[in-house]
Amino acid sequence: MSTAHDSHSVGIVTPQVARFEQSLPLACGRDLPAYELVYETYGELNAQRSNAILVCHALSGHHHAAGYHSADDKRPGWWDECIGPGKPIDTSHFYVVSVNNIGGCHGSTGPMSINPETGKPWGPDFPPLRARDWVHSQARLADYLGIDCWAAIVGGSLGGMQAMRWSLEYPQRVRHCIVIAAAMKLSAQNLAFNEVARQAIVSDPQFAGGYYQEHNATPSQGLALARMVGHITYLSDNAMANKFGRDLRSGTLEQGDQEQAEFQVQSYLRYQGNQFSGSFDANTYILMTRALDYFDLAREYGNDPVAAFKNASCSFLVMSFSTDWRFSPERSREIVDALIAADRPVTYAEIEADEGHDAFLLPIPRYVDVFRAYMRRVGENS
Amino acid sequence: MRLDLTHIQRWIAPESRVLDLGCGNGEFLELLREQRQVRGTGLEIDGDMITAAISRGLNIIEQNMDQGLANFPDQSFDTVVMAHALQAVHFPDKVLDEMLRIGRQCIVTFPNFGHWRCRLYLGTRGRMPVSRFMPHMWYDTPNIHFCTVKDFEALCALKGIRILARDVVGNTERTPVLAGTWPNLFATTAIYHITR
Repeated sequence: MSTAHDSHSVGIVTPQVARFEQSLPLACGRDLPAYELVYETYGELNAQRSNAILVCHALSGHHHAAGYHSADDKRPGWWDECIGPGKPIDTSHFYVVSVNNIGGCHGSTGPMSINPETGKPWGPDFPPLRARDWVHSQARLADYLGIDCWAAIVGGSLGGMQAMRWSLEYPQRVRHCIVIAAAMKLSAQNLAFNEVARQAIVSDPQFAGGYYQEHNATPSQGLALARMVGHITYLSDNAMANKFGRDLRSGTLEQGDQEQAEFQVQSYLRYQGNQFSGSFDANTYILMTRALDYFDLAREYGNDPVAAFKNASCSFLVMSFSTDWRFSPERSREIVDALIAADRPVTYAEIEADEGHDAFLLPIPRYVDVFRAYMRRVGENS
Repeated sequence: MRLDLTHIQRWIAPESRVLDLGCGNGEFLELLREQRQVRGTGLEIDGDMITAAISRGLNIIEQNMDQGLANFPDQSFDTVVMAHALQAVHFPDKVLDEMLRIGRQCIVTFPNFGHWRCRLYLGTRGRMPVSRFMPHMWYDTPNIHFCTVKDFEALCALKGIRILARDVVGNTERTPVLAGTWPNLFATTAIYHITR
């Protein structure tokens, strides 16, 4: 197990906050009056300011991607496997910026923040967001940090979609775009799962139409249920079989035994749901799943992904995982095929992995090898 | 560098767009990038080879040719190369069609099964040839569609494929004359520059 003192860890990190007073025009037509972004950085920005990597987080992610917040922090950031000295995103070469998206609930302006017009939390009245809003809000962070052009923008899942959006919105500001376990748009099945998650939240009586903060309530049950549904889609059938099988946590299945038996997988899911609902905001979850639902890379380009990617001027690395059924390898191949047809430099690896969508967070040897090899190339021309 | 790859180079225009099917560790694409400043893309299915090719700074797509090349648009590359892979694909004729659809010109190399050593081995021992160049037993070989120089030219004639140039690699450096004159007997590797 790694610790803050491990030579491959970025060690103890402290989040920072950047405040932007200028209002941000949003895709929905409204303006966000002013906003704050909470972010962490790892490694040193070089003199040419050419070694900066932007990390985009997934649906339930945040800015704490690597290292520890204190010496007795039990768990490192969510992508500690891939960020640190000697890791694929090697902080001895790169300056890594990891930012919490607006609309989030970990410090950046979002539904839990105070709406300056009402003096109350935004709650469900927080403007709906699109991935492009995150991109524009982060472009200002890049200005603030003095980064004209990112050496690479990296993201998994929703983060990968955001990275692609960056490559189209600010082609001159991205040299490499790394898209892991993502898609150009959600499938009907994806949309369906997100709807179940949202319904679980809004049908919790504590949700109070989204104004639960004002009522000092929390729709924990609904949020936990939403997470349980989501979590199933992050794992593969095999991963669940290997991890839990049909093992029982309590009771027996003997005839004559009247006690209810409980399977390990039940208790695992409930634990995951409860952990999550204690640390995440329901309105943010709804907002993020909607942003995911609405994302369609090529919509503004005549629904033609090839036409869309012709606007990009960076090189791409696309990776997918064999048992990922949330964003399957087919979705990644669609990205790759559009890039090929648009004559953009692209590298694609389809990683054999049992772990489903979650694989992008795990140290799977071939994944790490490909990622590292590609990042070295990013480093060579940064 | 394999001899067939060194031979191919001169047929590739500087700064052109090249697709290398079965690019292995990317050795050839790297050479083309350095010598010819080409923009290359490689196709490969072996994970270690892919990582090695990425380490060379090349653009590599993990894709199995046997599952088609429909994702590559018509005439989207100047040259499509397939070195020593024709004999390992399930449908060599369909792959050739696809190569000629994607590339304006194509270069194909394959081991010549008509070489006199193969014939001698099969003729005298009555068993499938195993040699330094073809080290596999018949039952575990990736080479499932061996052909001869004559076979390949017959297929080209049948399909209306134009042979722009033919080159051969002989058994040793000393036998290019023999291989050039009687390729079907003396070429170990046949190299074809083709178009439609």
